[in-house]
Amino acid sequence: MVLVSILAILAALVVTGIFFQAYGVSAIRAYQLIVKGALGSKLGLAETVRRAIPLLLCGVGLTIAFRALFWNIGAEGQLLLGAVAAAGVALFSGLPDVLLLPAMFIAGFLAGALWGLIPAALKARLGINDVITTLMMNYIAIYLVEWLIHGPWKGTQMRGFAYTDKFPQAAMLPLIPGTRIHWPTLVLGLVLAVAAYILITRIRQGFEIRVVGENPDAARFAGISHLKTTLLVMFISGGLAGLAGVGEMAGIHGMLRSATQISMGYGYTAIIVAWLARRNPLAVIVTSLLFGVIMAGGDVIKVSLGLPFQLINLFNGLILFFLIGSELLMHYKISFSFGRQ
Amino acid sequence: MAITSLIVIFRLTVSRFVFTIINSKEQPHRGPHRIKGVTLATPADYVVQLRGIVKRFPGVVANDGIDLDIKRGEIHCLLGENGAGKTTLMRVLYGLYQPDAGEILLNGKPIQISSPRAALTHHIGMVHQHFRLVPTLSVEENIILGLDEGTGLFLNLRKTRKKIEKIAQEYGLQVDPQTKVWQLSVGQRQRVEILKALYREADILIMDEPTSVLTPQEVDQLFTTLRTLVDDGLTIIFITHKLDEVMRVSNRVTVLRQGKLVATLSTSQMDKPSLARLMVGREVVFRLEKSPLKRGEKLLEVNGLHALSDRGLPALRDVSFDIYGGEILSVAGVSGNGQAELAEVLTGLRRATRGRVFLGGEEITNHSAREIADLGVAHVPAERIRMGIVPNMSVRENLILKDYRHPPFSRGVFLNYKKAEANAQRAMADYQIAAPSDNTAAKLLSGGNIQRMVLARELLGNPRLIVAAHPTYGLDVGATEQVRQVLLKQRDQGAAILLISEDLEEVMALSDRILVMFSGEVMGIVDAEGAKIDEIGLMMAGTRHEGVKQ
Repeated sequence: MVLVSILAILAALVVTGIFFQAYGVSAIRAYQLIVKGALGSKLGLAETVRRAIPLLLCGVGLTIAFRALFWNIGAEGQLLLGAVAAAGVALFSGLPDVLLLPAMFIAGFLAGALWGLIPAALKARLGINDVITTLMMNYIAIYLVEWLIHGPWKGTQMRGFAYTDKFPQAAMLPLIPGTRIHWPTLVLGLVLAVAAYILITRIRQGFEIRVVGENPDAARFAGISHLKTTLLVMFISGGLAGLAGVGEMAGIHGMLRSATQISMGYGYTAIIVAWLARRNPLAVIVTSLLFGVIMAGGDVIKVSLGLPFQLINLFNGLILFFLIGSELLMHYKISFSFGRQ
Repeated sequence: MAITSLIVIFRLTVSRFVFTIINSKEQPHRGPHRIKGVTLATPADYVVQLRGIVKRFPGVVANDGIDLDIKRGEIHCLLGENGAGKTTLMRVLYGLYQPDAGEILLNGKPIQISSPRAALTHHIGMVHQHFRLVPTLSVEENIILGLDEGTGLFLNLRKTRKKIEKIAQEYGLQVDPQTKVWQLSVGQRQRVEILKALYREADILIMDEPTSVLTPQEVDQLFTTLRTLVDDGLTIIFITHKLDEVMRVSNRVTVLRQGKLVATLSTSQMDKPSLARLMVGREVVFRLEKSPLKRGEKLLEVNGLHALSDRGLPALRDVSFDIYGGEILSVAGVSGNGQAELAEVLTGLRRATRGRVFLGGEEITNHSAREIADLGVAHVPAERIRMGIVPNMSVRENLILKDYRHPPFSRGVFLNYKKAEANAQRAMADYQIAAPSDNTAAKLLSGGNIQRMVLARELLGNPRLIVAAHPTYGLDVGATEQVRQVLLKQRDQGAAILLISEDLEEVMALSDRILVMFSGEVMGIVDAEGAKIDEIGLMMAGTRHEGVKQ
């Protein structure tokens, strides 16, 4: 299985390489630059880790949803809702300094979870397609953010820019000096990855999640509630994406700003992260770092080669394409036959 | 409606058009050999000869060098357990599979059968176990589907109808050509399948387990038809695993076991026990040891139960019965007459729209599956792979699928895998579940072992009521015997058992009382002791037993 994943990545590298060549850049050189840029220096390495943090949190949550065969395409929106809640608490709660950060994380988790529970309830109660609802909820979240920063939450000291005011210092996470790695979120992500793994392999509810995902009919037969299980996985999945949003707010931006600036598609990339990890929360630690490299490498492409950042999206899309394509290979044996069938 | 018919006509014409092109080079020709009255053959006169047929599937050799000679004008039974390779062999003859080795001779000449269409040009027809009919089309439309009939774009159904009626008359296969197939009973649908083959002028007719869906009366009728066909010069290959049928219908029989040919024999020189020995490879116990009934107290009481099917149609109508401890009540009937819905309502998987269910005096009507299971109701589901197991999870995990929430498998929120493993080891030993380890994925087990696993799980903690739906369906003789013995043992320990089965032999052998369902209603409940097969057959076809209210 690991081999198939690696082959999928290689295939994506080859096809993306064709595009580099089409831009007149040697693919080998481009990849060298990406790896060097993302891993070769302390700064590059730090950027890689910083990108990996939201991918880790979203990706771990998605493995749980995917285990129950709930297709959560909405981590992006859940992340944004977490960011909105964090900003709301940071700017308007008036809580004492000590409580501010914990309150932001709790509020962010709950907001993301709520955003995830809506499609979960719609699917479990009314049978509405989860792919469509979770995806559409992303757009609602994006426009909610835009409305807030242009409207009611627009900063008073921002001279007309569409930002909220800056968070108070007590609402900011500590960084590893000289980097933008907000380590408390990273530690939280690692702990939750382990916790999710224990949930899936050792805990009763995790057993139920797997049964529902592997065979819904057997789950019904065994008396496992589809409704409760679906709500549970989306509470966790949405909540973890919400935490990622809090981390970006309190660790990086310090204010609510345009949705594309907050996220850059972490919620979507996390789908590939979770899938490449074969829905194993522990493996997400590795795959989120890998995609941290790719995203940090995207900056290199932009700065050193003057190529569009979107090439990274192309690469990400290709990996998912080859990964899902390779699922077939794991279930069937290819045989070639000549002559008549 | 008009649009639907237009579409149908369009579809028929298009398919006809396409096949005209394909067929233009191979004009069907009538063999010279079909002469009325001539039924017997000289020894050399074999109509079909299979030579060293080998067919491999990943991990299995389904046919291992099989030689089979079919005489003209005989009914030749292919006998074997599930997985013996009977159907595979016939699919090779019908062109659905290409053999990996071996050759097929028709009237002494080697031929290639590349597709069912090619088989038909050689006058070989097949009636599959699962019918291949389009329910929304009429009988005649189904019969000519894919054939070159009429001229131009339009179908000439009048000629078709005449021909169908003529064949139907000749062989006692009455069915209205203009009826839609979905309106037909299972027995009538089978007749349409046979008509379809005869319309295509099949001389060699392969029937794959044709009796599995029929009532005893329909079976009699089928056998009469088959004899008429043979008298008229056709050759019939009859796939079955039922010894009675071999004895009743065939001239010769070929026994297959694990992909290999065991013997080809004249039926008149054989008896059931020796056939069974050839088929299974060892002695088979025909009579199950059943101890006298020790009726306990009333455990299940069902009063005036109504329920709907998945399609929202009435599936159960006013069903009432009781089951006592230590008793097996069988529900017989052709499947699709409400048995599946009954099992689901009793186990909490389907809502009752009216009526009440009591377990040991306590009402359980429309309680959840979990509540009912916790009250000591075991369920051996009909579709054991779809419902009974989680194919990608391990044997160990599948064995705690019902009890994972309770000690010892659960401590607080944590699962206790040590206990689950010990449980699996014990279950594998007690029920002889053959698996490489308790960590093997359930999907890798054979059908018999999957059923043993389901039984081991469901019978854990000695349930009060066992609802067993088709518990031996598709199992080999060894596994069947074991499952039946397990059920009898539970009965002797005082459990109440509701056994849903289509296999009348099983119903007669196991039950204390027999309930027959037809169209969602109870046709009658009779004591198994002294019950007559004919009487049950009549009830299965919708005749009420004396004393059952209308």
